[in-house]
Amino acid sequence: MWRDTLLMAGKDLRIEARSRVALSQVAPFGIVALVLFAFALGPDRAPMVKGAPGLFWVAMLFSSVLAIQRSVSVESTDGARDGLRLSGLDPAGQFLGKTLSVAAQLLVLELVLGVGVVLLYGASIQTFWLIAVSCLLGTIGLAAAGTLYGALSAGLRIKETLLPFLLLPVVAPVLLAGTRMWQAALSGGTPANGTPWFHLLIAFDAVYLALGVVVYGPIQETA
Amino acid sequence: MAPASSPSSALSLRDVVALSGRFPLLAGVDLEVAVGETVLIEGPNGAGKTSLLRVAAGLVPVASGQASVLGLDPARYRTEVRRRVGMLAHAAHLYDDLNVRENVRFAVKASGADTSRIGAACERLGLTGRLLRTGAAKLSAGQRRRVALAVLVARAPELWLLDEPHAGLDASARSLLNEIIAEATAAGATAIVASHEPELVASLADRSVTLTGGRVTGERTILASVDPPARIVHVA
Repeated sequence: MWRDTLLMAGKDLRIEARSRVALSQVAPFGIVALVLFAFALGPDRAPMVKGAPGLFWVAMLFSSVLAIQRSVSVESTDGARDGLRLSGLDPAGQFLGKTLSVAAQLLVLELVLGVGVVLLYGASIQTFWLIAVSCLLGTIGLAAAGTLYGALSAGLRIKETLLPFLLLPVVAPVLLAGTRMWQAALSGGTPANGTPWFHLLIAFDAVYLALGVVVYGPIQETA
Repeated sequence: MAPASSPSSALSLRDVVALSGRFPLLAGVDLEVAVGETVLIEGPNGAGKTSLLRVAAGLVPVASGQASVLGLDPARYRTEVRRRVGMLAHAAHLYDDLNVRENVRFAVKASGADTSRIGAACERLGLTGRLLRTGAAKLSAGQRRRVALAVLVARAPELWLLDEPHAGLDASARSLLNEIIAEATAAGATAIVASHEPELVASLADRSVTLTGGRVTGERTILASVDPPARIVHVA
């Protein structure tokens, strides 16, 4: 399974390195979203600083939908999904590989949007490790749930519109926990401030990773 | 763990029904293909030729009846069957953002086959030099077919499922394809070829099976000692 995971992740990352969709479309989309939020909140810095954690995660969620749709569409052309099925590649490895690849792209995106939040909103990070942990765990959860729901919607003709509809409500715990951990990090919170949300993210990641490993194969066979 | 046996039958279908939703793709197919045999599948559009190959590859589940591929139940031993079967389909299963070498390498590694044969397979199919570094998006239909064929050659599967394999290939590539199929079967592999151009496969096939409406409606033996156009003899 691990060999197949690395093979799949390597293939998807190589495709991203060639096409640069995340770099040229997903990241600019996230930055545009941050700028528009800033316009909506007006010139006063206080509401922007206060809302920065939530706005960061909302921008992340919307951008991650694009990254996941791209990951799904890669397998939609020229019968690539049938090619994967025919290869006998372990479905659990396929799921983990795609999750790993999406997560790697989202981590880069978070770095870009994190800098954007600091520069555009004037947010000041007090507890850096809380930010790092929330981003890492939130990314794993987004990537795992996104890959799973992306596979679910892949066989449907209306997948482009169905994926956000399916995914965004499901990842609400990531938005909630990520935002709370960021709030704690921006206000110089202690580890105790982040602990419950840390546990929520761990549980979310564990559930979706386990679910994906188990059901990704049957979904691929029926999609 | 799959049973370790050496079956005499590469493909055995008994009253097999396969569905797409409620639409019958195969409506009770009976077919036996022996190991080492080359069988031509003929029939009009929509007869079920592609569906039969997809059932043999384990891509389409059997709704009723019994199927055995290389002695294994394709539903129960899905991964094992797929790793031993190679399919040349209408689509080449290529990633447009990867180059030829990367596509072949990924497909061969994904199937768990020996990667040391990749170089020779690509060379055999004329995929050399700059072409190896060319992105799949820039390839012609015939070149994409060659890449898909190179994957099969490198994988050297036990059962070759070829769906209109000559489509999109030029004359030299068609000859090469026939050579490759002949070599594979001489080495003990089995080939099932669905084609609208039986004259192109007649020189290779031992037998021809006609499908109509998802059922086997005819079978012909092909004589080995006669020139291709005269080799097909109706027996049923």
